Amino acid sequence: MECLIGIQFKDFALVAADMTTAQSIMVMKNGTDFVVSDEQKIHKMSDKLIMAVSGESGDTTQFSEYIGKNIQLYKMRNGYELSPKAAALFTRRNLADYLRSRTPYFVNLLMAGYDDNTGPELYFIDYLASCVKVPYAAHGYGGFFSLSILDRYYKHDLTEEEAYILMKRCVREIHKRLIVNLPNFKIQKVSKEGIKELEPITAKNLATEDADKA
Amino acid sequence: MREWSQLLSNLVSHHRPHNYTQEIEAYSRNFINNAQLAVPPYMNPAEKLSQLAEGTDEAGKHLKIKFDHGTTTLGFQYKGGIVLAVDSRATGGQFIGSSTMKKIVEINDYLLGTLAGGAADCVYWDRVLAKQCRTYELRNRERISIAAASKLLSNMIYNYKGMGLSIGMMLAGWDKRGPSLYYVDSEGARTPGKVFSVGSGSIYAFGALDSGYRWDLTDEEAYELGRRSIYHATHRDAYSGGIVRVYHMKPTGWVHISDEDCKDLHYMYQDQKQKGLN
Repeated sequence: MECLIGIQFKDFALVAADMTTAQSIMVMKNGTDFVVSDEQKIHKMSDKLIMAVSGESGDTTQFSEYIGKNIQLYKMRNGYELSPKAAALFTRRNLADYLRSRTPYFVNLLMAGYDDNTGPELYFIDYLASCVKVPYAAHGYGGFFSLSILDRYYKHDLTEEEAYILMKRCVREIHKRLIVNLPNFKIQKVSKEGIKELEPITAKNLATEDADKA
Repeated sequence: MREWSQLLSNLVSHHRPHNYTQEIEAYSRNFINNAQLAVPPYMNPAEKLSQLAEGTDEAGKHLKIKFDHGTTTLGFQYKGGIVLAVDSRATGGQFIGSSTMKKIVEINDYLLGTLAGGAADCVYWDRVLAKQCRTYELRNRERISIAAASKLLSNMIYNYKGMGLSIGMMLAGWDKRGPSLYYVDSEGARTPGKVFSVGSGSIYAFGALDSGYRWDLTDEEAYELGRRSIYHATHRDAYSGGIVRVYHMKPTGWVHISDEDCKDLHYMYQDQKQKGLN
């Protein structure tokens, strides 16, 4: 039911995650009541690396905190940071090892980071520990709708504004066609300058935008 | 059942007498460390226990271990702090075990917890949490934050994920960062929020709560909203009932507001409705 979308461009990568917390059939939180430091599905791993997580509740926080702390530990021990690629492979390996243990983690991930040598990168990792480097990817039902939009409109060299509009297109389609209610999406950008929080794409914002257009 | 016979043969082996104590120690860990539950001696306790919790054995045969639990609890933040309201019915399947259960646990003067799910699980882990909070206070000369307390609880519970624990708790408290309300459950979820309701009656409670909720409620309005929402849940949910208890978390600590029988509330509200007051 959850939805994560990630897109990698020439100079940066964008990650979007819905802000809904659900328990079986019930929405506990919609992201409309912003509580202090309410960290949700996008976790900061290091200065230029973020990880969006969906999957079984509990596993998501435990696993992403474990990976996050280990990436920090690596930096302290060695004096330099894990590249996004190394971090993705490390995460994948961990997930693969746990998959073959008695306590597997059921988590789906998108890792977006900026490598000072190779530029922005996006990795798609699922709970079966497959790991692929991709230009754009999505997890969850919302992904089905947004992938075709990305296939159609993705260009490698979009600016931040154009990329944000592309992301809005994806969210609009999810609002329009997906039966599940996912009104709000948190958006983060990773670039040479680090991680930047963009204005969340909310049903309310989109509605006012439509009203202005009309 | 191979594991059991192995254990038995270990227990009856006379040539290794000290094995007894070792075995007993191994299976009564929680006497020494109460944050560590003794799990049955299966190869994979999580798998076996979750199977048992399903209510069937490996052959799909019905086991009489499955127990249902119903409750309604709610908590919300507003400008005057946090209001918690709960019912008091304890059920085991169709049977009402108690009508006066205290589902709000006073962990300390600045921390309250609500119980939903397995009563024993909730009470046990609440007690462990209370101990840890007190220890923290003694060590650090400062009260524990609600964020930290809820994290302690959720990490303890997470270790037993899939082993049949059933807990849906709200933690409400006031620390130096102000009031906060957390939802913690046995799936390992932990999330802060403004409005929560947990338990089988939560769907009904949410209906009344969401439609009457505003940030700038007065204290009296807030108590009444909590009370009424629980009352409506007790009215519709067969597994909720008894006494409606309301607590208020203030900067000075928690205050117990009221305990009212849901029957009395029912006739009161009905009376009000007839007079056209509501």
